[in-house]
Amino acid sequence: MNNKKIVEIFSKSLGISEEIICDSLEYNSIPEWDSIAHMTLISELEDGFDIMLDTDDIIEMSSVSKAKDILGKHNISF
Amino acid sequence: MKIEDYLNISPYSLSKRDKRKFLISELNKLTQIHYEGSTEYKSILDSYNKNFFNYDNYESFYPMPVRLFKEFDIKTCKSEEVLKVLTSSGTTSQKVSKIFLDKETSGLQTNALVKIMQTYLGKERLPMLIIDSKSIFKDRKQFSARGAGILGLSNFGRDHTYVLDEHMNLDEGLIKDFLNKHGNKKFLIFGFTFMVREYLYQEAINKKLKIDLSNGILIHSGGWKKLVEKAVTNEVFRSDLNEIFSLRSIHDFYGMVEQVGSIFVECEYSFLHAPIFSDILARDPITHKVLKFGQKGLLQVLSILPRSYPGHSLLSEDIGTIYGEDDCKCGRAGKYFKVHGRLPKSEVRGCSDTHASEVVTNK
Repeated sequence: MNNKKIVEIFSKSLGISEEIICDSLEYNSIPEWDSIAHMTLISELEDGFDIMLDTDDIIEMSSVSKAKDILGKHNISF
Repeated sequence: MKIEDYLNISPYSLSKRDKRKFLISELNKLTQIHYEGSTEYKSILDSYNKNFFNYDNYESFYPMPVRLFKEFDIKTCKSEEVLKVLTSSGTTSQKVSKIFLDKETSGLQTNALVKIMQTYLGKERLPMLIIDSKSIFKDRKQFSARGAGILGLSNFGRDHTYVLDEHMNLDEGLIKDFLNKHGNKKFLIFGFTFMVREYLYQEAINKKLKIDLSNGILIHSGGWKKLVEKAVTNEVFRSDLNEIFSLRSIHDFYGMVEQVGSIFVECEYSFLHAPIFSDILARDPITHKVLKFGQKGLLQVLSILPRSYPGHSLLSEDIGTIYGEDDCKCGRAGKYFKVHGRLPKSEVRGCSDTHASEVVTNK
């Protein structure tokens, strides 16, 4: 369920189709996931999973797989 | 130690000797990388007919005049590796600097900024009031230094609230809502110095607005040029904000677009501090001789972060004074200094400036 949710959030925040969202998708590897969209993504992840991310989390969130690791620290399992 | 490890220690922790040793070894490597990667940089160094490698002191690294980034597209990475291009705002001159960032340099820059700012703000992201307009991000691939500055700082904020419209009018309602929600705890305010003064402070005075920013931490940047013309010094700026908004925590932030990552933040005693990734020298504007602490001169900035363009040793156009090293009252290690303003245009430029420009043109 969380897998579906994170894909939806990525898709909505970055404005990309769900098909291209995979663990290896990296920050700044597509024009849609740039530093501006990253801010939107962070706040959507926080709202969607009801968590608070700190500065280190958002800097380290360099791929979908990293995002899952970071959410894992907040007890969200995938 | 690798540069990544370096990013994990406190940015104001190393003593002079350790810092110098690491920085010099990295700067030597960078000179080599840029010499091999940039034909423009190579022709400039070659034209001096002297050895620019394997130095054991800061003073010897070639100080690349920042003006060259306005005149030429200079980069070390390949064109297809360019992630984004930063430009200076270009309000005071027609030509803008173009700085090419690849993924690595952009990442290092973000990391360095985070480490520096965390020492002032903590790790937790704070509600953030931005004294600017969202319209600045219309073009996403190429934005000005202003946009880059806002984005860089946005990492430290949440609930980002832009309080100006595209015509720079203050939206009082937005500020009030923000303060109702977040005003009784620590929050972050970011804006360009001139804009904070004109569009927030002056507006509050003109409209007799009551705004309580006593829990705010203001980070501002962009230089004093326009304010000095209006006789607003750093001291005046600070005391006025304190009086009108009860805002006490105020930190200026010095960094040209050409020196991304080399960020110098003002401490509690109003001195800018060089973090462990960078260092600073003051040179005589005419002879380029390195000056002693306390003497006013042209600032040269050394940084180990620029990998995609030769910005590891830059001669700025800013005049400043370095006051000392490792002994500021605030307790941060590293050199501490103040910036007084821009070198007047009428002043004779250093000869190396013109020389380098000719070399690249005639290449």
